[in-house]
Amino acid sequence: MSVGFRTLLYKEILRFWKVLVQTVGAPVLTALLYLLIFSHVLEAHVQVYPGVRYTAFLMPGLILMSVLQNAFANSSSSLIQSKVSGNIVFILLPPISHMEFFLAYLFAALVRGFTVGLGVLLVGLFFADLEMAHPPWILAFGLASGAVFSCVGIMAGIWANQYDNLAAVQNFVIMPLTFLSGVFYSVHSLSPFWQTISHFNPVFYMIDGFRYGFFGQGDVDPWLGLAVVVPCALVLSALTWMMLRSGYKLRH
Amino acid sequence: MTAAVRLRGLDKRFPRVHALRGIDLDIEQGEFFALLGPNGAGKTTLISILAGLTRASAGTAQVMGFDVVKDYREARARLGVVPQELVYDPFFTVRETLRFQSGYFGIRHNDDWIDELLANLGLADKADTYTRRLSGGMKRRVLVAQALVHKPPVIVLDEPTAGVDVELRQSLWAFIRRFNQAGHTVILTTHYLEEAEALCGRVAMLKEGRLIALDRTENLLRAGAERRLVLELEPARLPDDLLPRLTGRDRARFVLDLPDYSELEPILSSLREAGIAVRDMEVGQADLEEVFLKLMRAGPGSVP
Repeated sequence: MSVGFRTLLYKEILRFWKVLVQTVGAPVLTALLYLLIFSHVLEAHVQVYPGVRYTAFLMPGLILMSVLQNAFANSSSSLIQSKVSGNIVFILLPPISHMEFFLAYLFAALVRGFTVGLGVLLVGLFFADLEMAHPPWILAFGLASGAVFSCVGIMAGIWANQYDNLAAVQNFVIMPLTFLSGVFYSVHSLSPFWQTISHFNPVFYMIDGFRYGFFGQGDVDPWLGLAVVVPCALVLSALTWMMLRSGYKLRH
Repeated sequence: MTAAVRLRGLDKRFPRVHALRGIDLDIEQGEFFALLGPNGAGKTTLISILAGLTRASAGTAQVMGFDVVKDYREARARLGVVPQELVYDPFFTVRETLRFQSGYFGIRHNDDWIDELLANLGLADKADTYTRRLSGGMKRRVLVAQALVHKPPVIVLDEPTAGVDVELRQSLWAFIRRFNQAGHTVILTTHYLEEAEALCGRVAMLKEGRLIALDRTENLLRAGAERRLVLELEPARLPDDLLPRLTGRDRARFVLDLPDYSELEPILSSLREAGIAVRDMEVGQADLEEVFLKLMRAGPGSVP
């Protein structure tokens, strides 16, 4: 890998690492609050899978939701900050290829997402024991899903002209998609209509497949989930790279 | 020899502005070149196209023989740009900023050169300071250092001394001049015309997206404006035979046209004969500012 790519990746990781309390501490705390409140309210009443406590059921969803939201936040906020402050020229002037640019932001967003995810996992272990039935599935769904949200973050960061635009994407796209994906419940508990709707949400397959990796059971076949999520990741990667290559909103 | 910069038919239309209208320009290697023009003349657009920050609507631009679109990596590797805006990344220190910039240009372990840059730009004691804590003048110097981390053959400075104090301006130019003497091509845009006059061998003037003058600095000075004679007289009047020369008057100060030094003696003797004493005298040399103003007043396309 070229020096330019490695430097940009390192810079992007260092950027969030320097403000770890904000970029990792805060989202871990948020996830912890969800865990405390939902498990307090629902632990005694809900059992989604036989032999799995609700608190344990909740954890994989919370972990992946944190991975996804923070992968999005990392690439999008880094780009909008650089654009608004103008220091984006520091990476537009050097001979960095479009692919290197793309991969550096993608990997940095994944690192941030996984760091937060790991934090949520570690904190969650104080509240519930968590088995890991199929680690390869956990990793596969974590990576592919994280890549999808990293790409959306890059595209949103390039598209947005100000922080407000980004907040709109966050509130009207990212939050509904993740909250209505079955993080807090199994879609089997929904009415047939909403079950059908849920199956059109790619985030549902991400959460379900990720959870399958922990418990060995899910709402749909994990291979079907992978067949949805991996093409999503590939198509979005291609779109992001093409957006960068076109110079859209970066090179006028 | 390959031109440092070659522009052919360079044209740029923004939705509301026709910023560049067919610019043809060659800047040779080793030149110290000035790009002058009023705000909105197209200077920054031209530089942005060279740097790959803006894409031309038509025409081509090359840096050291490499097309800025087709061979963008080769072209960018040979170009160092000091942007006009005072931009910085608040997350990092001066040294981190310069290390990253080196890395982006494919250079590892660049600390020796970074230290030299810091020393020459008066930033040695600020290496570990966060860029957000620096004054405006220091942020500007960091930008200059960033543009030079990869020792580019072509250096472009877009209004580099705006808002920079006089002392720093001197040391900055001394440093840039050393680069130029070592063979680097330097292109600058500036509002301080005396800087361009003092530093640059050749000058291009832009107006409304067109190149309206392009010549060696001394030729422009010679062609552009006449010499003039400023006299303070007692009593404050002018003999009749000198009246046709009068171009301006401020109380006892008279400004006369002086196309040639040989006409100085007849003017003085005419004053002596009329019994008028000369209290003060000054021969004004044309400067770039006058040439500039004169050209800007003239219609577009009137190249002298």
